[in-house]
Amino acid sequence: MIEMKEVYKKYSNGVVAANGLNVKIDKGEFVYVVGPSGAGKSTFIKMMYREEKPTSGEILINGTSLPKLKNRKVPLLRRQIGVVFQDFKLLPRLSVYENVAFALEVIEEPTENIRPRVTEVLELVGLKHKARMLPTELSGGEQQRVSIARSIVNRPQVVIADEPTGNLDPETSMGIMNVLEQINEMGTTIVMATHNKDIVNRNRHRVIAIEGGLIVRDELEGGYGYEI
Amino acid sequence: MKFRTVRRHFRESFKTLGRNGWMSFASIAAVTVTLLLVGVFVTIMLNLNKVADDLEKDVEMKVYVELSADPAATRELETQIKETSGVAEVQYSTRDQELDKMVKDFGEDLKLYEQSNPLREAFYVKATEPQQTAKVAKKIDEYPNTYEVVYGQGKVEKLFNFLNLGRNAGLVLILALLFTAMFLIANTIRITIVARKTEIGIMKLVGATNSFVRIPFVLEGIWLGLFGSLIPMIIITLGYMEFYDYAEPRLRGEMIQIIHPLPFLYIVNGLVLFMGIFIGSWGSFMSVRKFLKV
Ligand SMILES: Nc1ncnc2c1ncn2[C@@H]1O[C@H](COP(=O)(O)OP(=O)(O)O)[C@@H](O)[C@H]1O
Ligand SMILES: [Mg+2]
Repeated sequence: MIEMKEVYKKYSNGVVAANGLNVKIDKGEFVYVVGPSGAGKSTFIKMMYREEKPTSGEILINGTSLPKLKNRKVPLLRRQIGVVFQDFKLLPRLSVYENVAFALEVIEEPTENIRPRVTEVLELVGLKHKARMLPTELSGGEQQRVSIARSIVNRPQVVIADEPTGNLDPETSMGIMNVLEQINEMGTTIVMATHNKDIVNRNRHRVIAIEGGLIVRDELEGGYGYEI
Repeated sequence: MKFRTVRRHFRESFKTLGRNGWMSFASIAAVTVTLLLVGVFVTIMLNLNKVADDLEKDVEMKVYVELSADPAATRELETQIKETSGVAEVQYSTRDQELDKMVKDFGEDLKLYEQSNPLREAFYVKATEPQQTAKVAKKIDEYPNTYEVVYGQGKVEKLFNFLNLGRNAGLVLILALLFTAMFLIANTIRITIVARKTEIGIMKLVGATNSFVRIPFVLEGIWLGLFGSLIPMIIITLGYMEFYDYAEPRLRGEMIQIIHPLPFLYIVNGLVLFMGIFIGSWGSFMSVRKFLKV
C-alpha cells in the first residue's frame, strides 16, 4: 500500500536527506524505521504524509502518487493517515476528549458519530476515565496515548509515528508500544521511526535501517543492529 | 458547507476577535475613522455636484451696464433687453441698490464705499427656459451699453474647479487611510494566525480542508470591517438628517437644493458598509495568503 521508488530529497540548504529510497510496505505491516540522528528518518516520515515533497522519485499510497498530488487534495490524503509525534502536539486549552474530537470536527464528521467514536478510541488507549482532564494534568505517556487516540479516531489505514517514545521512560514506552501493536492487530499499517534500541529488539517487527539518506538494511523481524 | 460548520466558523472568528482585543479595537477604530471620512466626503461631494447641477439650471443672468452710459442709454438698453427673444423678465437695479446687496452679503465694512460707489448699474434678466440662458446672454453682450453678462456658467465653473480640487485631495487622503486600515486588519489577523499556529498545524495534519482552515480568519477580518462601519453609518445618518432639517427650510424657494435624505442615505450607508466589508476581507485575505500556507 505504500511504495517509494528512487526517492531523492535535497533540502534547500543542500542537505541530501534521502538518496534513492526504494521501499514497499504492505497493508497491515508494522515497520520500524531506524538509524542514527540525522539519518533521514523524519524526512522519510514527512514525505509519506506530504509534509515534504521529494525532489525526485515516486511515492505511492494506495496507488495515489504523492509528488503529483495537487495541494488541494492533500487534506484527503491526510484523512487516510494518522500521524503521531514525539511532542504529542495536543491543544493545551482543550480537554482530552476535545483534543480527540477536534480531529473529527475539523473534517466535518457528522456530530452524532463523534461522541461514540471518541469514547471508543479513548477506551482503546485506556483513558476513558480521564476524558475531562486537560493535557497538562496527564503524564507524558498518557498524553502520547491521547495523541495516538487522535491519530486513529477517523479510522486511517496507516499510522505513522515519528519517535513516539522519544520523550518517555522505558516503562511508559512499553505501554505505548502495546497500544500501537493493538492498533496494528486491528489491521492498521504502522510505520514508526525510532532510535530506541530496546524497543526494536524486544518488540520484533520489520526493520528498515537508514543511514545518510540510504536504506542500509531491510529485514523482517530484525533487531536494531546498532551499538549506540 | 454544512450548517454546523458555518456555525463553528462564526464561533471561532468571534472567539479570536475577543482574544486579541486591543488589536481588534485598533483595527475597528481605524476602519471607523476611514469610513467616517469617506462617508462625509462622499456626502459633501454629492451635494456639491447637486448644487452645480442646480446652478446650471439657473435662468437668471446679471447684465452690468457700461459706466459711460447715461440714464437715457440705460433706458434704451433696458428696452433692447426686453425685446430680445427668450427674455422673460427684466429688473433694474441702481448702483446704490447694488451696494446695499454687497453690504448685505459681505458686511458693514463695505459701507465706506457709500461716499464714492464704484459699482455699476445692473439688470437682472430671466430667460424663459434654462436652455436659453447662454444664447440670451450672448445676444445681450453684443448691445453697445452692456459691460458684461454673467450667469450660472461662471459660478458653475468655479464650483467645478473647487470640486475637482476637493475630490483629488480627498481621494489621496482616503486611499492612505484605507491602506492603513487594511494594514491594521492584516496585522490583527496575522497575530491570530501566529497565536494559533499549533492548532492550525493539527487541523492540517488531520486533514481539514484549506478553506476550513482559512474561513474563520477571513470572517474575523470581515467582522472588523463590519464593526468599523457601524459608527460611521450612524453618525452619517443622524448628522445628515440634522443638517437637512436645518438647511432645507432655509433653501426653500431657492434654485439650489440639497439632496433629500432618502434614498440618498441608503446609498451612502450602503457604500460605507460595502467598503467596511471590503477593507476587512481584503486585509484578512492578505494575511491568510501570506501567513497561512495551507
Ligand atoms: N527542513 C529542513 N531543511 C534543511 N535541512 C533539513 C530539514 N529537515 C531535515 N534536514 C536535514 O536533513 C537531514 C536528515 O534529517 P531528519 O530527516 O530529520 O533525520 P532524523 O529524523 O533521522 O534525525 C539532517 O541533516 C537534517 O539537518
Ligand atoms: Mg527525526
